[in-house]
Amino acid sequence: MTLLRKKDRVLPGLSLTLGFSVLYLSLIVLIPLAALAIKSAELSPSQWWDTVSGPRVVASYRLSLLTAFFAAFVNLVFGLLLAWVLVRYKFPGKKIVDGLIDLPFALPTAVAGIALTTIYAPKGWVGSLLEPLGIKVAYTPIGITLALIFIGIPFVVRTVQPILQDMESDMEEAAVLLGSYRARTFFKIILPDLIPPLLTGFALAFARGIGEYGSVVFISGNMPMKTEIAPLLIITKLEQYEYAQAAAVAVVLLLISFFLLFLINILQRWSNRRLRTVKGG
Amino acid sequence: MKTFKNLKLVLIAVLIITVLSACGSNKNNESSATASGSESSPSAAASGSGETPKDIELLNVSYDPTRELYEEFNKSFAEYWKQKTGGKITIKQSHGGSGKQARAVIDGLQADVVTLALGYDIDAIAETGALKTDWQQSFEQNSTPYTSTIVFLVRKGNPKGIKDWGDLIKDGIQVITPNPKTSGGARWNYLAAWGYATKTLGYDETQTLDFLKKLFKNVPVLDTGARGSTTTFVEKGIGDVLLAWENEAYLALKEFGDDYEIVTPSISILAEPPVAIVDKNVDKKGTRAAAEEYLKYLYTEQGQEIAAKNFYRPRLQSVADKYKDQFGQLNLLTIDQDFGGWKEAQNKHFSDGGTFDQIYTPGS
Repeated sequence: MTLLRKKDRVLPGLSLTLGFSVLYLSLIVLIPLAALAIKSAELSPSQWWDTVSGPRVVASYRLSLLTAFFAAFVNLVFGLLLAWVLVRYKFPGKKIVDGLIDLPFALPTAVAGIALTTIYAPKGWVGSLLEPLGIKVAYTPIGITLALIFIGIPFVVRTVQPILQDMESDMEEAAVLLGSYRARTFFKIILPDLIPPLLTGFALAFARGIGEYGSVVFISGNMPMKTEIAPLLIITKLEQYEYAQAAAVAVVLLLISFFLLFLINILQRWSNRRLRTVKGG
Repeated sequence: MKTFKNLKLVLIAVLIITVLSACGSNKNNESSATASGSESSPSAAASGSGETPKDIELLNVSYDPTRELYEEFNKSFAEYWKQKTGGKITIKQSHGGSGKQARAVIDGLQADVVTLALGYDIDAIAETGALKTDWQQSFEQNSTPYTSTIVFLVRKGNPKGIKDWGDLIKDGIQVITPNPKTSGGARWNYLAAWGYATKTLGYDETQTLDFLKKLFKNVPVLDTGARGSTTTFVEKGIGDVLLAWENEAYLALKEFGDDYEIVTPSISILAEPPVAIVDKNVDKKGTRAAAEEYLKYLYTEQGQEIAAKNFYRPRLQSVADKYKDQFGQLNLLTIDQDFGGWKEAQNKHFSDGGTFDQIYTPGS
């Protein structure tokens, strides 16, 4: 407390800001989530377990988690590349490309889903080219991953970009002057600084992917056991008036993603600390 | 600098909350339910005198494929209402998947009347006490002013030679239907296929299930609603046959006539999309008389004519005779006689662990 008071603050007193934060979080996040848990508690323990462990439900968790993971991974690699290009190079139309990155945030996800499906469906522009090669995109897990990559693009780019921008080039220059290879410079000097923002971006894209609904329902094909994502299953249960079951599946999904995000957080803290010791020493 | 940025963020957040809390929950519901005013005439404001009480607004919450039907019907009813009472009536329409629409009404969408794809969805609203449980007795003919059925829409020339349900389980046929768990229309599709397998092939239960299993093996996409499936088939060009509401199939034919044709199977199901007044809402708004008149108008000659023109099968014999050639002849099963009513059909086929789940669960 005393420590906090010493700092200059723009907002008035701690109790007021803290009170506001707690109220705000309660209304927007905590109370709805608690309601979710309470709703699912209407089921008896055995009913609860049967609901969340049914083969269709388990298949949908697996699909949602795997596709979200792969999509976040692809975004990790290509998001870094995009951020790199945007920070380090000058080219005509750079502002436009930079603006495009944010488009997935602004676009209603359903629009993205319909557009992607139209293009990647077996009769679509790209889909019809891939079909003869035996590659099916729409109505397969590949299509779902594609939609999740689309909506996840901004996360990695926007977390990495500012760090890359602030990075001072003297270390890099020194490395090059001392005769370091380009690859070595990248992996030893640049990458370590980027690992924390990359992990953050990855975690955000991953979390977004698990819960994404709008863009996926159009391209997934929604086939039970094959391309049915967990959020769709929740909607399905809601539309059958099975509120408690829907809440149960949602709670499990919430717990899984919370656990995964927690893991990523630990990883991030670890990489942060390692980085500081390396730099300090 | 950074704290200054944070302050800005907080201010924006506060602003958003204020704006959000300013619009009440009612408003939120209505705007989320794609309500579109069909009669775009400006409401009460125009007549400043004592005539304002006559201006009435009704909200008809319906399902996807009735959009065109009610656009025409509402216009006709507004004229009729004006002649009869001299007052102005504005009818707002809301369309979406039938189950989703029922949910919206349960959650507080102020519908005066509901015109949904199946009785089960209105039953769900009735369970909350918003209307009486025997609502289906309120109007003639099971409260179903028009009926429809399930037919096949195939590509021009019927290249795969699809004639009847039996052809749908053959190898290399792609069937497009929505998901029965989310779409009312898809439930009619499913039951029609089930009925065909049971009746004509004399299948027993396990073989019927096997028939459905084979059929759904041929389904590459399960859209969440009937309109979505039509889009998949018509605009994305996927699949060889679309299982569709008859009116939806004719509508597709009307718009893209040269590319498709309708195949009427030997057996199908009498799809009864019922209508009901939401008692709780009309009593609160004082619109009961208008709502009743609105639904009764569906049964009149004009109402039936509009239904028939929009490819719904009319109930009124005189109109039915007039449009006899428009609809294919086929054997129609009914939900009450052949499936023991909606409750039983729902439990057996579409609830968790029902026959639809069994189709997709390995080892069953």
